[in-house]
Amino acid sequence: MIRFQRQIAALSLAALALFGAGVAAAGQVNLTGAGATFPYPIYSKWFDMYHEKTGVQINYQSIGSGGGIQQVKAGTVDFGASDAALSNARLKEMPRKVLHFPTVAGAVVLSYNLPSVAQPLNLTSETIVGIYLGKITMWNDKRIAATNPGVELPNAPILPVHRSDGSGTTNIFVTYLSAVSTEWKELVGANTSVSWPVGIGGKGNEGVAGLVRQTPGAIGYVELAYAKQNKFAVAHIKNSSGNFVEPTLASTTAAAQGASAQLAKDVRTPIVNSSAPDAYPISGLTFLLVYQDQKDPVKAKALAEFIRWSMTDGQEVAEGLDYARLPAPVVKVNEATLMTLTATGKPVLAAK
Amino acid sequence: MSHVKVQHRGVSADGVYKGLLAAAAALVFVVVALIVYEVARGAELSIRTIGWKFLTQTEWDPVADKYGALPYIYGTLVSSLLALLIAVPLGVGSAVFLAEIASRRVGSIVSFVMELLAAIPSIVYGIWGFFVLAPFLRVFIEPWLIEHFGFLPLFRGFPFGIGMLNAGIILAIMIVPTIVSISREVLLATPPTFREASLALGATKAEAIGVALDAARPGILGAIILALGRALGETMAVTMVIGNTNRISLSLLDPGATMSSIIANEFTEATGKLYLSALVQIALVLFAVTIVVNAMARALVYWATGGRRDVAGAA
Repeated sequence: MIRFQRQIAALSLAALALFGAGVAAAGQVNLTGAGATFPYPIYSKWFDMYHEKTGVQINYQSIGSGGGIQQVKAGTVDFGASDAALSNARLKEMPRKVLHFPTVAGAVVLSYNLPSVAQPLNLTSETIVGIYLGKITMWNDKRIAATNPGVELPNAPILPVHRSDGSGTTNIFVTYLSAVSTEWKELVGANTSVSWPVGIGGKGNEGVAGLVRQTPGAIGYVELAYAKQNKFAVAHIKNSSGNFVEPTLASTTAAAQGASAQLAKDVRTPIVNSSAPDAYPISGLTFLLVYQDQKDPVKAKALAEFIRWSMTDGQEVAEGLDYARLPAPVVKVNEATLMTLTATGKPVLAAK
Repeated sequence: MSHVKVQHRGVSADGVYKGLLAAAAALVFVVVALIVYEVARGAELSIRTIGWKFLTQTEWDPVADKYGALPYIYGTLVSSLLALLIAVPLGVGSAVFLAEIASRRVGSIVSFVMELLAAIPSIVYGIWGFFVLAPFLRVFIEPWLIEHFGFLPLFRGFPFGIGMLNAGIILAIMIVPTIVSISREVLLATPPTFREASLALGATKAEAIGVALDAARPGILGAIILALGRALGETMAVTMVIGNTNRISLSLLDPGATMSSIIANEFTEATGKLYLSALVQIALVLFAVTIVVNAMARALVYWATGGRRDVAGAA
């Protein structure tokens, strides 16, 4: 009983201390954001670093892109985060104009379980579409063999694995398939979840990876960062310049670089199937969503300065966490967009 | 001391106590009503746009904004039924053993372990099903089933390891403790005179147990209904092992999906108004299915017991 009372007393003290901290912090700027889970590791690193540097506190809830968009729409957060850019229709649903700021790039890689194959598999857009449409069902299919000379492909059925949960990773993958195949575009299309013609679904990167590792003959797509950290065998993919490219952070950045002219016109343009010779074709950007006209000038300034910082110092730490950094032209696009940010009608950042 | 004060004010303590308890009970109704109201409100758009077709369509395509719940209704019912088929004989059998045959000591030790099983979070069952049961099924059980029973449509297909069979087994393991612990309690509560009288009349031990089982039937059926409720709503473990495809297949080896698994999978990244509303409508349908299945099960209990509620455990 006495111990219990002591615990209560300790808890009350802790609560008081927390309350005190809350009061002390009232003078500083607090920002809240919500959305995508994919960039959460780098965002939390950025928020920590930025807090240490400037004292600005940024709270982020990784509730998923869909949830982030909802919260932006409801106006309950200062910024949202989404792995997929908003479509024109979705933008129209928003009460005010929403700006997109790409923060880092990511890639989706194809991992497979073929114990007898030692060297990396070479896949083309046709073979990937064929596998996921259920038209290529055996590993020793001529179309796969054609790009893998000298590789002993087993006479085994292919088990395509996809994400079962709605996800930005799926979105990048099927956006790529839609870009390279009109058949895919018409039959399946692109979204955070789609109606898969074949295969089985695993929940999360770990669900897909688990199924692929367990099942000989399986192939599945996961995030580059996840594959790198777990040292998976990943396929090299033929890009639109005809080169088979290994998925790396550099080849992902190259994909964004290759699309930078289109990104300057509309930053929402998908960067899949980039024409740059060294670009990995299944790449995508992740975005912050911010209202162009902000209500609170103090918060707006803090947010704008944070985004500017994330484009400079922030980019330096991206690769350490297995995210591909933005190429210089895309950073420029963001800086230009930042200058259009206003608070109650007045520009937030002074011209340099 | 406080009740003395209350009495001074002329209000009976009994009345206050009664009121408090009634409020506590009413709160349950209010919460359920609020949930139904909110879910129905969220599903309104989908109900108006899609209509009754929602229940019969098999297509679930967020790209084309077409939503049909049939594969998920099918998956929920089949996986739960499969779980009952495995768990009921196993659960009632062990309850009989623990209550009637095993010594008190063994009985209480095994029941204790059973209750531990009930306390394991469902995600842990999911991980076990995914990493342990799935490879086991894929390498040993499913190829054997295909080889020997492949002529049945139930066991056709490819040994994935995950799918309806895995989900049914995981669910069965999760609901066995409910069936065992309640059935055992009910059996222990039946008057020992039933068995003594049967034995005195020359019945064998098995026949005497039969008499006790008959007396405990309403309680055991109640346990099964409770277990079924858990199986219908189970989300995490099933999502991890069922394979998550929206195809209806007779084969237990094929992947499927349930109503709760599709919600768990797609809710966080649902990016359209109708899409989100259709997911909420799935929740509404799950609610309705649970009510219908429970009502049917209760009717079955009533029918099986002839409305008898006088025996131990009938509550």
